This record gives sequence, structure tokens and C-alpha cells, in this order.
Amino acid sequence: MDAFTTHTGTAVPLRRSNVDTDQIIPAVWLKQVSRTGFEKGLFAAWREDPTFVLNDPAYEGASILVSGPDFGTGSSREHAVWALQQYGFRAVIAARFGDIFRNNSTKMGLLPVVLPGDKVEALQAAIEADPGLEVTVDLAERQVRWAGESVGFEIDDYTRWRLMEGLDDIGLTLRHADDVATYENGRQPWLPTTV
Amino acid sequence: MARTLAEKVWEQHVVRRADGEPDLLYIDLHLIHEVTSPQAFDGLRLAGRTVRRPELTIATEDHNVPTVLGPIADPVSKTQVETLRKNAAEFGIRLHPMGDAGQGVVHIIGPQFGLTQPGMTIVCGDSHTSTHGAFGGIAFGIGTSEVEHVLATQTLPAYRPKTMAIEVSGELPVGVTAKDLILAIIAKIGTGGGQGYIVEYRGEAVRKLSMEGRMTVCNMSIEAGARAGLIAPDETTFDYLKGRQHAPTGEAWDQAVEYWKSLRTDDDAVFDKVVEIDASTLTPYVTWGTNPGQGLPLDASVPSPEDFADPIARSSAERALEYMGLTAGTPLREIQVDTVFVGSCTNGRIEDLRAAAEILRGRQVTTRTLIVPGSMLVKLQAEQEGLHEVFKAAGAEWREAGCSMCLGMNPDTLQPGERSASTSNRNFEGRQGKGGRTHLVSPQVAAATAVTGRLTAPADLA
Repeated sequence: MDAFTTHTGTAVPLRRSNVDTDQIIPAVWLKQVSRTGFEKGLFAAWREDPTFVLNDPAYEGASILVSGPDFGTGSSREHAVWALQQYGFRAVIAARFGDIFRNNSTKMGLLPVVLPGDKVEALQAAIEADPGLEVTVDLAERQVRWAGESVGFEIDDYTRWRLMEGLDDIGLTLRHADDVATYENGRQPWLPTTV
Repeated sequence: MARTLAEKVWEQHVVRRADGEPDLLYIDLHLIHEVTSPQAFDGLRLAGRTVRRPELTIATEDHNVPTVLGPIADPVSKTQVETLRKNAAEFGIRLHPMGDAGQGVVHIIGPQFGLTQPGMTIVCGDSHTSTHGAFGGIAFGIGTSEVEHVLATQTLPAYRPKTMAIEVSGELPVGVTAKDLILAIIAKIGTGGGQGYIVEYRGEAVRKLSMEGRMTVCNMSIEAGARAGLIAPDETTFDYLKGRQHAPTGEAWDQAVEYWKSLRTDDDAVFDKVVEIDASTLTPYVTWGTNPGQGLPLDASVPSPEDFADPIARSSAERALEYMGLTAGTPLREIQVDTVFVGSCTNGRIEDLRAAAEILRGRQVTTRTLIVPGSMLVKLQAEQEGLHEVFKAAGAEWREAGCSMCLGMNPDTLQPGERSASTSNRNFEGRQGKGGRTHLVSPQVAAATAVTGRLTAPADLA
């Protein structure tokens, strides 16, 4: 996983709510068995519309997505995170996220930032007024900053640390393999196995 | 201290707890399918890791499989299924491939084998894993990174979600189903209403549901945004499990039942949130929009964006009506459909097929109607009961088991602009095929709709 400490870049406002993961990456893209090449599938159906915001040259190169509430609802497909990252996004800002998407993002180093709805809208308006606006997502300080504005966001200490260090979750858990073995010895005897 | 059911099951599975860290949770059963697992197995190989407990893991082919006999035509789908076979063989995981008697949708096969039991933790790289909570365990969907984590360690680091009670008082009226109940719940609390919560469905109407009905309700917990949904086990649960292939037997059964009976929320336990709903007021529900919260009673009309005070809900409704090709004020019963789909992990079980068959018996469908059993065992049972003959006589298509038109990863899709009445769980834009328009309904409403060609409740049929 790529470490995330602070990131400054331009942003793109996505004024839609309930952006489900089927929209982020349609199911036809999930047939791939590799982890790469998903940027072409990002918002594939919506991108066919020339007026869709990602097709606006003003937002070319944006690395922060600022969306309406309930971003990443629905399917658990981590491909949605891969598509966003491979397209060039480092962070997504929204008032609410689907739980699984949010979890998947933090496993991959894509930072999901929860800001209050009015702040998200203020940021969207600021970007629309100036598409070249520099936005900073600072995980160390837990702040989003733009044009003299500074808004704090919450993230638990553990996830923040893991993201900032770029740590592999599995490696961390394997340090506790003894605890797992001890637990396994005490499992209820009737629990099923698949063999 | 008094605890909720979700708290009891969670505590039972904590391997390690440390200040400022998520709990390390043991996973009792890991379900795998071809779509979300290939990159996880690649990750294991890259890191030189192995599967810690292959015997707590089971795999099936469901998302890509065609529902007509014959090989997979799409070479990309075929590669994905072959990749699962290779991975299952390499890591020693039980697999039910296409054509196998045990094959089926991942959330149908766990319960039918008796692998899904009360008090367990169950995960799968699929958001509808919440289905298994119907047995009184904690079951939730995960992404591919977490699939790899569970394969390698049989655990997951996770913070315990908050707890929500959805108290369903009264009785469901005749003709109103578990599907209508969950659609009504989602319409009430919204697609984000359950975010951060494990939902426990409680109350008289829930107690009276069959296991199939409980699975339908828990299945769509994710559509309300919840991490998981569960229902306390009772005699209905034990009766369903007894005698199934992987259910305990003899003394172990008695021990298990004694423990399972303790799996209920203590009387004085406190939920973080309580939602109340009166089942006796419900009628058949149908969605009109492009998220599962955009649902109404079938008696209603297509809403107008102006009906929504919240500007975000208003613009979402505006966009949904445009996508769905609907005009505000149109009675929902006047909406014509091109296709009816009965199946999926929401409504692809034997009881769902029986309900659809009861309505189609002696009648003719007037629109393309796909009946897709959730598993090969469901298919076999339906054929033993003669349901397939009812479907065929009515002019419906009787198919092989799989996810099918729920998400259209196999050839079963809507064409652009086509409209369906579907017993599945998601009415997202393009979910059933690019440009397709989906109305979520119960199996009963689906069958009645197949007869008339427009959204119809069984009671409307002469």
C-alpha cells in the first residue's frame, strides 16, 4: 500500500448523491483477474456523456474527488477503489461513504475524507469557481485546506497511522499468530468445517 | 452487563483487543466466488503466504455462469472461472463448479449445506453476505484486500459497529412478504440509514417469518447501508438446520442448541438506535428510482421531485426519473415492463419459486420471464415439486442456477431502455445491463407482473 501523509492537488466536484460502486466501475469490468487497467472503466457509463464532469478539460489531472453524500454504496467490489486510484485520485471527499467502500479505500491507501455536507458543498462551489484551485488533504493534521479555508476531519488513530506508514494489514496481523492459534484451540467443538 | 445479540456474537470472536486498535476478529466461515478472489490469491502467492484454514473456506462459481446449459461463451468470464478452479486446487479449497450438484449463488449454498449456523462470523467478498445473519450470526461483505487477509490469517481487524434495533410490530397482511417489509424499511431509513450499524430485526412480524423470509430481509441490510443484519435464532432456525449436511448431530447438536438459545438480546440491553415499523400497515412495495431507498407502495404513483424537501433527495429523484423514463404522477400499476426476473440471493430460494409458481399456475406470461433458481439444489427440489412444469406451461424460461440478471455479468441482461420487474436487490443505473431500468419487487409481484405486463399485485389478478 502507498503511504499517505499529505496531498495537494486540484479537485473535481461530483454533484451526485448515492454514487454506488456499480457506477464507479460497472460489473462488466469485474471479469478481469488482474489488479490493473481499471482506470478505463471508471464511471464508464457516465463518461459516455460529454457533459459529465470528468470529461470537462478544466478538471484534467485532478487528484481529489469531491462528491455528494453516500459515495461508494452497494457492491463490495474493491475494483472501485482500484479504478479511482489508477485514474489518478488520491482522496475522495464526501459527507457519507458506504462502509465497505470506506474500508476498502483505507486498505489500498485511497483516503476517504468525511466532511460535513455544507463544507463539501462549499468546496464544490469553490472548485467550480476556480477549477485550478489547490486543495490540500492533510492526514497528519486531519485537515482539508483550500483558499484560506481549513476544515478538520475525523479518522481513528490506528487507521491514520497505518495509512501514514503504508503498512500491510496482513503483516500486522501475522505478528499475532500466537493469539490466533490460542483462540482456535478454544473454539466451540460443533462449529462446522467445509470438508 | 446486558448485551445485544450482535455484541454477544462479536465478543465471542475477539482474538485480540488492544487500546487504540481495532479488534482482531476470528472468522468462522469464508465464502468465495470467482469475481472478488483472483487478486487475493495473487497477493498470497506474491507474499509467499498460504491459506491458514482451507477447511473453513468454501468456493462456488456464480456471478459469471450462464443459466442455459453449455460452456461459458465469453472468454474473459471463462478465464475468471478457470482462475478460481486453479486457485481452489492449489490452496486445497472445496469448490462447487458449474454443473456440480452443490453449485449455486454463494449466499444460497451456505445455508442449504448447514454451514451457516447461529452465532458464527461469516464473510465473503460480496456485500450480500449479510444474508447469513438470518441465522443469528454476524455476516458481512468485504473487499478483495480483506479476502486476502482472511485467507492468510482467518481473522479480520475491525471496529465493532454500533447496534440498531428495527422493531417490526404486528403481522404482515396476507399477500405482503419479507421483500415488501425490507423494501419498506429501506424506504423509511434510506440507503445511508444503517451506515455504521449492525441491525437486529426484531418483533412479532420477524419472528413469524420463515428462514427464507428472514434471509430475504437480512440480505438487503446492505441496501439500507448497514454493515450487517441479524435475527435471533429460535425454533424456526433450529428446525431449518436440523439434518442438514454440516449441522451438528447427536450430543453436539444438543450442546449447540443450548448455546444457540443464549443468542438473544438481553431484555435490558440498550441499542444505539431504535427504529419502529408496523407490519400490519404494509402493502406490496416496488421501487421507482435508481437506489433501493426510492420505493413506494404499489398503490402509489411516481413521485415528483418537488415532493422532496431535501435538495439532495430532490435532485436525486429528478435524475432517477429521467434515467427510468418515468413521469411524475403516473400510477405505478401503469408501468409496463419488458422482462421479469425471479431469482438472486434475495429471492432465489425454494419458497420464492413456490410463491411465483402459485401465481403462474394456470396462467400465461405476456412478457419475457426468467426463473433462475438460486442453486442447483433449489432447482432439483423445484423440479421434484413440479414447479418447473408450472413455469414452462405459463411460458416462462426455466434456467440453471446463478446470479444471472441480478447484475448481468453473464449473458442475462437488459438492453438499453428495457424495463424489468426484478426480485433482486439493486435498481442502480445499468445494474441489469447498460441502460436497463429496474423495479425491485417480491416474487409474488414479479409473477403477477409477468401475467399482465405491467406492475401488478397478485390480488389484482382476476
